[in-house]
Amino acid sequence: MATTSTHSAHPDYLQHHFSDPQQQQEAAKLGMWIFLLTEVLLFGGLFCAYVIYRSWDPQLFINANKELSVPLGALNTIVLITSSVTMALAIRCVQLNKSKQSAAYLIATLAFAAVFLVVKYFEYSHKIHLGQLPGQFYTYTGIEGNNPHIFFSVYFMMTGLHGLHVLGGMGAIGWVLWKTVKRQLHSEYYTPMENVGLYWHLVDMIWIFLFPLLYLIG
Amino acid sequence: MAENQQQHHVTPLWVYLGVGGALLVLTVVTVAVAKVDFGVLVGVSSLNIIVAMIIASIKAILVALFFMHLIYDAKINMAVFITALLFLGVFIGLTMFDTVRRADVYELEEGPIKPKAKIYQNQ
Amino acid sequence: MYDKALPQPNYLSEPKGLKSWLLTTDHKRIGLMYFAAIMGAFILGGIFAMLIRIELISPSKVMMGADAYNQVFTLHGAIMIFLFIIPSIPAALGNLILPLMLGAKDVAFPRLNLCSWYIYVFGALFAVYSMFANAVDTGWTFYTPYSSETGTAVISMALAVFILGFSSIFTGLNFIVTIHKLRAPGLTWYKLPLFVWAIYATGILQVMATPVIGITMVLLVLERVAGIGIFDPAMGGDPVLFQHFFWFYSHPAVYIMILPGMGIISELITAFSRKKIFGYKAIAYSSLAIAFISFLVWGHHMFVSGQSRFAAMIFSFLTFFVAVPSAIKVFNWMATLYKGSISFATPMLYALSFLFLFAIGGLTGVFLGALAVDVHLHDTYFVVAHFHYVMMGGTVVALLGGIHYWWPKVFGRMYSEVWGKVCAALVFIGFNVTFLPQFVMGSQGMPRRYYTYPEQYQAMHLFSTIGSWILGVGFLIMTIYLLHSVFKGRIVGKNPWGALTLEWETTSPPSPHNFEATPEVTHGPYDYDKIVVEPT
Repeated sequence: MATTSTHSAHPDYLQHHFSDPQQQQEAAKLGMWIFLLTEVLLFGGLFCAYVIYRSWDPQLFINANKELSVPLGALNTIVLITSSVTMALAIRCVQLNKSKQSAAYLIATLAFAAVFLVVKYFEYSHKIHLGQLPGQFYTYTGIEGNNPHIFFSVYFMMTGLHGLHVLGGMGAIGWVLWKTVKRQLHSEYYTPMENVGLYWHLVDMIWIFLFPLLYLIG
Repeated sequence: MAENQQQHHVTPLWVYLGVGGALLVLTVVTVAVAKVDFGVLVGVSSLNIIVAMIIASIKAILVALFFMHLIYDAKINMAVFITALLFLGVFIGLTMFDTVRRADVYELEEGPIKPKAKIYQNQ
Repeated sequence: MYDKALPQPNYLSEPKGLKSWLLTTDHKRIGLMYFAAIMGAFILGGIFAMLIRIELISPSKVMMGADAYNQVFTLHGAIMIFLFIIPSIPAALGNLILPLMLGAKDVAFPRLNLCSWYIYVFGALFAVYSMFANAVDTGWTFYTPYSSETGTAVISMALAVFILGFSSIFTGLNFIVTIHKLRAPGLTWYKLPLFVWAIYATGILQVMATPVIGITMVLLVLERVAGIGIFDPAMGGDPVLFQHFFWFYSHPAVYIMILPGMGIISELITAFSRKKIFGYKAIAYSSLAIAFISFLVWGHHMFVSGQSRFAAMIFSFLTFFVAVPSAIKVFNWMATLYKGSISFATPMLYALSFLFLFAIGGLTGVFLGALAVDVHLHDTYFVVAHFHYVMMGGTVVALLGGIHYWWPKVFGRMYSEVWGKVCAALVFIGFNVTFLPQFVMGSQGMPRRYYTYPEQYQAMHLFSTIGSWILGVGFLIMTIYLLHSVFKGRIVGKNPWGALTLEWETTSPPSPHNFEATPEVTHGPYDYDKIVVEPT
């Protein structure tokens, strides 16, 4: 046990039912990946609805998609990718016991997440202003084709659920930031940050698909 | 413990920055090619969506392999992730077996199921 | 040689106090708390079942109006499915026994485990709220567009299903990771008891299918609250799409219900035949095969829904494949019984009942999977009888077998064997009297969920209702002798059945940390040909 020889046989971060830190870390990571699997299938329902309605009326999706702002969508893509990079770097720093740098990267990730939500807020309020709302609240008249509200139902549900995940991710990042500042995470034990990172990258990955599907149909 | 060392794999800085750069470049590419009309693939789907999905998939694979460490990690984690995508495909694919052929009309012809059966010979 | 007192300390006695139970992370205590909760749900759902049967004793009104009847059968279905049968075996018996079988100190994530119990209770509160606030009347399937139109409390029940889903996901996730990472030294995959394989396959289904019902319920709630129009034909939506979403979860969900039951049967058959299981790997892999195939067949619930014929043919074709691994299991159990030295203890009576009832339930399922036959039988009592033979004759009977098998391990005391046998017989007879007539009625055209019926069906409905009373008496007596045994039952040793799986190597009831020392596993779970253990 080269890496744990400096610690006691049973370090304080090791829960009683695991025999060693490696077993604990592997278990936590596998659990996190299974959780990500459930997230993929949760979004899967919305992706399925998207695919079905688009295949039924492709022209409607093309017409309605013109109402979305490509520059804002692209900006948010860049913001989210950058936040993924800072998240990955935060984990790298905690692996190297650079707690202060790690905390700085986490704060940067939080800031990018906030920028993402602010941009989203402006997009939403513009749509609400125009009456481009889901389902029965839809009042806009500028789109040709039958049932344009379906597109906006799909749009708001997909981006809304994704937005909620960004919000939840910010909470989780705040939690590991607090743990980092308290020096509870270090090169021997950084599983919470690693798992929050996995979650954050999945949120990024889902947006990577949402962006072309919703904004770039043209 | 050799395995223990493996668990604490530290990815080199240039890998993260390189992957991040590639993701940003691909974002620009996907916006740029969206303005080009690639036409339609054998009447099924526009080629643009296929191009866009290929680029998005490359980006997602980069994120999964490097940011999410799947390339260094225990293979079980990759298996879990691939299973998720596979069953998402099953979900959407089998549902589409219904939705894309919902309007199919089948011509029915009236006639005996087994024309050579005895009851028909007597008539 | 029997000890005079229960071994101390055991998980039931230490630590003491209500708080130590409500905040416990001990898998055995959480399992017991789940057991209490699901039994409460079972009693509730059972009461609704009795009310349905009483109402149907005559075609005219007996005790409730038609609308109330719709609410009662909906509550019976929703409570039995979401609150009882899905968590029943995995969350209650799985929590109690699985870590013991693995030689582990606990599940991988003990706090998540406790959390999932509280989520279950929270979800159950929503369901109970829906029960009292103008109870939902859509049937447990919540089909749109009716469910987005009706004035009853659909939203709270949909939220209950959504919340309960998370409880199920966390249990499945916990068990998968536990089985991967916390096996005792020497316990290789092929030395795992078949119950563990079954719970593993169930866990896969729980984590992969349940998120889809989650998003479906969210969409249904949004449909009612915001009229998003995805499932509403009046707004350009597609109600059949709802059925696809619903059954993508709910078909695998019926295997979430039956697979753990099959796992219990594998344990019971070997333990009471004193014989190595026939075809260990075939049974283990058939669990995984069932889990996989169950995702490909959901459209067979929708043959008359207006889905495309192309899809219907594919779904019908694929459905027949599920029968293969199920049959592999039954054949292997039969082969295990062959030339075994069978003892007819109470758990074994339930196992033999299972074989009989599951064979009927499974084979009638093949009829229903055949496209043309289903068009005739769809939404008749034939379907009702079929799934009760699988769900109740299969899962509930297996659960009862499991309860009677592990009862002495969980409480350290034995129930009355005589009453146990009497109740096993009552349940078997009562069940068949209740549901066998429903096959006949259904094939003659009696539709399910109807409040009234032509007089030609009355004799069979009467039969069915009398059967439900026999079942009721059986469950009542069972409750009495099981509760009695908790306090007054004969104290047993570690291994009252002389079985070889790991849970029997620790004390009954086990100590708070399961094993005094982590056990080393040297033999297979069913090596009855090599090892003889005297019952203690």
